[in-house]
Amino acid sequence: MSASAKKLPGAVEAIAMPFLNTLIAFLLSGLLIWALGEDPFYALSLLFDGAFGYQEGIGYTFYYATNFIFTGLAVSVAYHAGHFNIGGEGQAMLGGLGLTLAVFWLGDTAPVLSVIIAILGAALFGGAWAFIPAWLQATRGSHIVITTIMFNFIASALLAYLLVGPLQRPGGQMPESSDFPEGAGLMKFDELMSVLGFSFEQSPLNVSFLIALLMALAVWFLLTRTRFGYEMRVAGKNQNAAAFAGVSVPRVTIIALMMSGALAGMMGLNELLGEQLRLIGNFTLGYGFVGIAVAFMGRNHPLGIVLAAILFGVLYQGGAEIAFEITTISSDMIVVVQGLVIIFAGAMPHLMRKPVTAAYARLIGKGAA
Amino acid sequence: MTTAPAIETKDLCKRFGAVQANDNISLFVEQGTVHGIVGENGAGKSTLLKMLFGFYQPNSGDLIVNGQKLDLDSPSDAMAAGIAMVHQHFMLVEPFTVLENIILGAEGQGMLDHAKTDARAKLLGLEQQFGFDLPLDTPVSQLSVGERQRVEILKALFRGADILILDEPTAVLTPQECDQLFELVRLLKSRGKTILFVTHKLHEIMAITDAVTVIRAGKVITRVATSDTSPENLAEAMVGAKISRAVERAGQEHGAPRLRVDGVSAQSDLGHTALKNISFELFDGEVLGVAGVAGNGQTELLDVLTGLRPVSDGTVTLGQELVNSNEAMTDPIELRRAGLAHIAEDRLKTGVVADMSATENSILGYQREPDFSENGLLKLSAINDAAHSYFESQDVRPRDPSLAVASFSGGNQQKLVIARELARDPQTLIIGQPTRGVDIGAVTKIHDQITELRNTGKAVLVVSADLDELMAISDRIIVMCEGEITGTVDIQDADERTIGLMMAGAHAEATTEGAGL
Repeated sequence: MSASAKKLPGAVEAIAMPFLNTLIAFLLSGLLIWALGEDPFYALSLLFDGAFGYQEGIGYTFYYATNFIFTGLAVSVAYHAGHFNIGGEGQAMLGGLGLTLAVFWLGDTAPVLSVIIAILGAALFGGAWAFIPAWLQATRGSHIVITTIMFNFIASALLAYLLVGPLQRPGGQMPESSDFPEGAGLMKFDELMSVLGFSFEQSPLNVSFLIALLMALAVWFLLTRTRFGYEMRVAGKNQNAAAFAGVSVPRVTIIALMMSGALAGMMGLNELLGEQLRLIGNFTLGYGFVGIAVAFMGRNHPLGIVLAAILFGVLYQGGAEIAFEITTISSDMIVVVQGLVIIFAGAMPHLMRKPVTAAYARLIGKGAA
Repeated sequence: MTTAPAIETKDLCKRFGAVQANDNISLFVEQGTVHGIVGENGAGKSTLLKMLFGFYQPNSGDLIVNGQKLDLDSPSDAMAAGIAMVHQHFMLVEPFTVLENIILGAEGQGMLDHAKTDARAKLLGLEQQFGFDLPLDTPVSQLSVGERQRVEILKALFRGADILILDEPTAVLTPQECDQLFELVRLLKSRGKTILFVTHKLHEIMAITDAVTVIRAGKVITRVATSDTSPENLAEAMVGAKISRAVERAGQEHGAPRLRVDGVSAQSDLGHTALKNISFELFDGEVLGVAGVAGNGQTELLDVLTGLRPVSDGTVTLGQELVNSNEAMTDPIELRRAGLAHIAEDRLKTGVVADMSATENSILGYQREPDFSENGLLKLSAINDAAHSYFESQDVRPRDPSLAVASFSGGNQQKLVIARELARDPQTLIIGQPTRGVDIGAVTKIHDQITELRNTGKAVLVVSADLDELMAISDRIIVMCEGEITGTVDIQDADERTIGLMMAGAHAEATTEGAGL
């Protein structure tokens, strides 16, 4: 083999390493649970039972995963263009606003059309919310991390204003809008299943999961098959080489970040158009930030992001089950477990590189001998 | 003499993964001599130096300094043993004064003033002893490159070094500064210091060293007294075979003007004036060399010619087309379509994306051409075919375009870039540092290709920091200093001395007058 022995084959790199990292996080979590005087194996069985043990649980797992696919993809598209979009929260809020306006505008007269417009509206508003930071980054060099996080606060304040003001449910006390008009919503998974002749328990899972998968496919296609994806990756890795290749870095930056914002904006489809059927304040619940961990854990590859999103879906749904069943383990403890997964699988992806590389080299050596 | 050698290594080995960088290196350097170490890029010179200076630890073998076997765990161990290294890229803090730089790392106790006073006295003594004349209170940023190098050497002496390792010390110097360095090296030797002189320029080895060790592929090939060898023998030892240019310059007259630069001024990235009223013409069927000490406007000139930097004044015309003026600049894609190819001077910074695959890099700059993409979609199989044909045509190794560009050697990266830029048979070539970081075997092939392009009537502009290279391949040489052209010489009239003076800022008229006196 002339290729450098330091490199691991793609499969080991992409599957074994995140798996090992997740395993370490689970081991540590197990120790914590054991230290609380509970049985870690019981907790683990609850986690998986809660996530996959019954149809409603499965529905919830994939419902949460849908959010993470959208926000994870959003982070990864920006990352491939060399930028760190941590404005997923704000872009998702604006996406929610966009779809809400669409269904209130057309929902009474043409519910089906309003849903289609709402999907576009979510993407459009999310993308537009990313435009200003993107434009400032591209033309003025204002750091995208600072501007997008500031735009999260602005989005939050804007939504709060609208939901206690012009958009508030008439006579309501909560920061939320009126219910969406009848029929202006996305089909639930159980409804879809019964149309197809199967039965499935009721859950919040809806067709936006399929939209999310479609978006993952679209991002993969963008990155590997299109000229723009190529130019975007070149600009993300080496701005000098991009200029050399005649790529306008500011243009690519703005378009990529708007795509990123559009993907984050589509998260509202799942939460609002799929489940809540009204706009509520702070419906994003930090999913935009979890998207960062999902993107890194999934190595910024669309397939990896889908898998990582499902893992986080398991943690959210199964974790809720643990907190419900074991009283000494509070929901805060579940956040700790999620944090451990983020630290090991997201923030320290190279932790196990050396031992894995060494083990792999030994394995190959044996195979050759 | 029976004194122990200053440095002796016995069977020193160092491997990195599968690569045996140093393979049983045994050499000795006698006290008070200048010892040359030559080898191609990638031969293992830097690995050896880093072991001598404690950056790397050998896997096996012994290192013996002044008769004592030592384990150097860090550069500070090496300094304690009296070994100092002057790096090719200086390790100086530019805004600090010479004095502050020299005491950096040896400040002593909490109060800096004490250290400064003590150091000043000691330095004045050293300056006198070794004939330095450095302004101790001037910030390093105000010094010339040659002076900075002397600061590094003075710093080494201040630390009490008896063995000095000079890593490619002449790479950044003008010929005159080289002469000064050689004088200093001789003086150091006469004061009993031992000097390891690492270079790939063989005439320097001949001029300054007492003995020389040749390294190839991690092994010591030969060790000879300099008086018993010749540049030809050394070159042969370095590459393992006699190198000869296969392509001769055909004695043709150059053709019509292809690229015209007229009164061009431009700014550097920092907003300083980098080019001042530059004018020249590049003709079909010639190689025009651009000489100069690095950082005198050559980078900005390349940018201006290739659509990467707007001009603030003047015009650049390609054929009949105005391609750069203060009104408009043709972008690199249009320039390529107009038959201008660009081999970037800093490959890894500009010419390739190091962690993308060679396949993906083989369309960089040509990604919008219809054979590589259509309607916004990449034509993956056509791109794959192109990459394979580039690997074939330039013999890029290993023959696997799916590897990241970073995993190829410098020479193979350059071959890939050359294949990419020549693929569309461009009429005009702008080449920066054609052989930087490329091994000697590949250098000859690249020079041959440039000559061949010239012989077939192409217009070629080459910017290089290596004057020997320009002398070997150019028809004419223009010399730049501080953003101005200080002279143009035909190759038959070119001599290194005159060009060296022009590189240092003397204008052509002045140097010819000087020669006349």
